[in-house]
Amino acid sequence: MENVAPTNGMELVYKKPETLTETPMHYCPGCGHGVVHKIMMEVVEELGVWEKTVGVAPVGCSVFAYNYMNIDMQEAAHGRASAVATGIKRVLPDRIVFSYQGDGDLAAIGTGETIHTVNRGENIIIIFINNGIYGMTGGQMAPTTILGMVTSTTPYGREQRVMGYPLNITALVAQLPGAYYVTRQAVHTAAAVRKAKKAIRNAFEYQAHNKGACFIEIVSNCPSGWKMTPVEANEWMEKNMFPHYPLGDLKVPG
Amino acid sequence: MNEAKPKPTLMKGNEALAEAALRAGIQAYFGYPITPQSEILEYLAAEAPNRKGVVVLQAESELAAINMIYGASGAGARVMTTSSSPGISLMQEGLSYIASAQLPCLVVNVNRGGPGLGTIQPAQGDYFQATKGGGHGDYHLIVLAPASVQEMADLVFDAFRLAEKYRNPAMILADGALGQMMEKVTLPPDGSLPPTPKPWATTGKSKDRQHNIITSLYIEPERMEKINLQLQEKYRKLQAEVRYEEFMTGDAELVLVAYGLAARICQKAMELSREKGLNVGLLRPITLYPFPTKPIGQLSARVQSMLVVEMNAGQMVEDVRLAVNGKCPVEFTGRMGGMIPSPEEVLEKIEMMMGKEIHA
Repeated sequence: MENVAPTNGMELVYKKPETLTETPMHYCPGCGHGVVHKIMMEVVEELGVWEKTVGVAPVGCSVFAYNYMNIDMQEAAHGRASAVATGIKRVLPDRIVFSYQGDGDLAAIGTGETIHTVNRGENIIIIFINNGIYGMTGGQMAPTTILGMVTSTTPYGREQRVMGYPLNITALVAQLPGAYYVTRQAVHTAAAVRKAKKAIRNAFEYQAHNKGACFIEIVSNCPSGWKMTPVEANEWMEKNMFPHYPLGDLKVPG
Repeated sequence: MNEAKPKPTLMKGNEALAEAALRAGIQAYFGYPITPQSEILEYLAAEAPNRKGVVVLQAESELAAINMIYGASGAGARVMTTSSSPGISLMQEGLSYIASAQLPCLVVNVNRGGPGLGTIQPAQGDYFQATKGGGHGDYHLIVLAPASVQEMADLVFDAFRLAEKYRNPAMILADGALGQMMEKVTLPPDGSLPPTPKPWATTGKSKDRQHNIITSLYIEPERMEKINLQLQEKYRKLQAEVRYEEFMTGDAELVLVAYGLAARICQKAMELSREKGLNVGLLRPITLYPFPTKPIGQLSARVQSMLVVEMNAGQMVEDVRLAVNGKCPVEFTGRMGGMIPSPEEVLEKIEMMMGKEIHA
């Protein structure tokens, strides 16, 4: 079954990229993963790098990213995606390699790999989906969970005295000399999606010239984990997440 | 490097293994320093600029190193990592993923005394970890046990040959003494191991094929069981690759079973026994997985007893007893924590066992 609407002789103005498979996505309504997958695969198609792109999926909700992205992919152990991507890139230096990771994966269990991969200036792209929660395992506290936020493991809200502060890992990696391009984006509005896609496109172009590590955070919602409707989740994200994780470039070439 | 007639040289085991890996055509090495095997990383780091295209990367941890191995092997490269006991423990998660995703690679464990941080002296305490899986789930590594510096080099080639033939991670299980001691070694010629085609590798999706996926995740249990059955079938086929060596077993009443450095000690103990008129033989497994179950079982039917000697509390002895299956008594002697049994200690045990049988 192809997910293509019949045009009935009308002009085709939009088409799903061939770099996405026909598999229906399992993501919850309102989730940002599907949008990010789509704009990434649009970039791969538009830049004509389909045959050169290799991705690494993490452990987390996007563990099945390889079912949707119609490119060669590897599934990494929890937290190790950037090490796996390093291994791929080092033996295939002319390919475009990315890892796609959530906050628990990248900023808790995989913090060591994240810091050292960026610090080595590995020529890979790290796409970091930050929704402040462990979505797949049912809404537990993540390193990026903001203070006061209720999760299944902080039922009275995240308390600094017990669980410390939310980790702004993107600001941390922006300090590293191996980071070439660090930016924070979102995909909750059409305008934000356009900007995020531009950032992803930049990163793919930088990597084609092996300029160093490109790190793109996408502040995302998690309606199921946050126990909100998609609209409520986007509003809550703007009001509560963006002040902690302000959108914009943290490090740009030049 | 391409010598017409290979000449023997004097080398440390670790260095012979590193040089052999280069000659076996490794495309990448990822590792982390740990005694007593750091010479491998050092040797490769020094040699990398002279061997065009070889990637040598010191990772931030053994965790990172084994996952770099996963990525690079999944991308189709011939890759190796090396470590010693505590570092190998850190790699177990990655090895389980590598075994499940069926990626060929070579992992070398220059075993030191444990448990915990232990000592830096030679030991064989990682036999269970190496041969029974080590990480989570039902899987096995192909495990080869060198007993000389020559084998530290030769088994690198065998390990890659088997790993790529069966799409399975291989381990060379050495010990601190084999890594550190110097012996005469004739290195295999450069380029004598041609690359294997890897159509499954994630090299970038070409138009003429489906996208390649390297994964160990099959969320439906029916599919996951199928993967397990495939693995078990592979391990059954691996039994054809059993390798071992026998010394003076023809007339032996007592047969020693030992691998690696312990087998060297047993060889001496066997000589001492023979001098005393005791008919002692030796069986040395070279593959620890697959284990030489059949030859040990056959031998046990025609000898009085067997003595397993290990540098641990008695691990391989369990596999020997399973192979013997009650056909003869099997005893054990060994030292632990980095201590090495002497040939005289082994001889004493032999005399006790053989004397006991005579007067029984």
